[in-house]
Amino acid sequence: MKVEGLEEKLRAFLAKFYKNHDLTNDEDIFALGFFNSLFAMQLIMTIEREFSITVTSKDLDPDNFRSINAIKSFIASKSA
Amino acid sequence: MKIELTPEQSKFREDARRFVDKEIVPFADESDANETLTDNVINKMKSSGYLGSMIPGEYGGMELDNVTLGILNEEVGRGCSSVRAILTVHGMVALGILKWGTDQQKKEYLGKMAKGEIIGAFALTEPNIGSDAKNVEATAVFSQGRYILNGKKKWITMGQIADIFLVFAQCEGKPTAFLVRKDTPGLSIKKTTGLLGMRASMIGELDMENCSVSKDCLVGSVGTGFSHVALTCLNFGRYTIACGCVGLAQACLEASSKYAKMRKQFGIPLSENQLIQKMITEMVVNIKAARLLCFHAGYLSDIGDPNSIIETWIAKYFSSTMLAKIVNDAVQIHGANGCIRGYGVERFLRDAKINEIIEGTTQIHEILIATNTLRSI
Repeated sequence: MKVEGLEEKLRAFLAKFYKNHDLTNDEDIFALGFFNSLFAMQLIMTIEREFSITVTSKDLDPDNFRSINAIKSFIASKSA
Repeated sequence: MKIELTPEQSKFREDARRFVDKEIVPFADESDANETLTDNVINKMKSSGYLGSMIPGEYGGMELDNVTLGILNEEVGRGCSSVRAILTVHGMVALGILKWGTDQQKKEYLGKMAKGEIIGAFALTEPNIGSDAKNVEATAVFSQGRYILNGKKKWITMGQIADIFLVFAQCEGKPTAFLVRKDTPGLSIKKTTGLLGMRASMIGELDMENCSVSKDCLVGSVGTGFSHVALTCLNFGRYTIACGCVGLAQACLEASSKYAKMRKQFGIPLSENQLIQKMITEMVVNIKAARLLCFHAGYLSDIGDPNSIIETWIAKYFSSTMLAKIVNDAVQIHGANGCIRGYGVERFLRDAKINEIIEGTTQIHEILIATNTLRSI
């Protein structure tokens, strides 16, 4: 999977929530205060739909979704 | 863009409609009066396979797509809101297990749930906690390899007949989901009676006193009970309620049209009165609009679109609020006959109100829809 394409798709989703904030790849998403249950579920649905993987209860470690880089690593590990 | 049902979906509606007219409608008034679903109705729901409508085929379920699930809930909702409530809460628990349960939980419960051998109920609401669901007061403490649950759950649909409850409690100070069997020591269930509407929803109140469950009963992980597990379940619940509202509104339209053609005043049928025609027109248009919103939400769920969550809020909000107007007009068209048992619409009026409260009140949906819109524009 191309990391560039992966990041673009992630950023397109995140931009809906972090509209006026230039999110860096290592920035803690949870610390910015935008996190809510809608965000959590939509993030999972986006990952599942865009990258054809299934997120299960074993994956529900906040560190998997803490930053763009963390999400990229998570997707890469699930796709491997 | 193509908006039409597939031949299979149309056929499914015909079959479901026939089933509802034969097995549910004739008993709906009796269920309402007695505040209970008869064994016969429950058994027919089991044998129809509809209790497994939302469960994948690998577990013996019907694995319906979401649009077809919507059709099923619409048709059952047309016949009896209390029966539709089984599809809602049973499905909420099944989908919670399917998405966030362990392999062992899926293996243990989904096959039996698909056959209706066990019934699931969703235990989130409490005496002091309704809309503020993530602040449930029930607690779960991990001790010696088991979770000890304490607290009360109120307004639990199908609580009187459920075999398994998806219970939400604070664990380490965070909302967490657990599967609790009805025979778990320390769990007692009290029947709730005297409801305004959906009186046969078999509502129960749960009291958990040092209710000890295995660590294998945890669903999802500690802290994901509301954000992930409950939201998955509530999304399905809201969708089925929205579709059920369309069905109940359709029942109002059909009853009102028949009555307006039969009842004569001033020497002519009510149906020839233009003020009655206006009410019928508004019913038709609002039902069609609500049905399309439901189908749209269902379609988005089928393709895994993240917007399906928001579109489901919109469908539930519109369907339940348009129903309030329709059911009032249905009683109005029936006049005094709409205010007494026997014509259906009196029950419809009482049942309709409940839909504006359950799985997110009208006001909570207004907050959710507006907040999301204001964030995105």
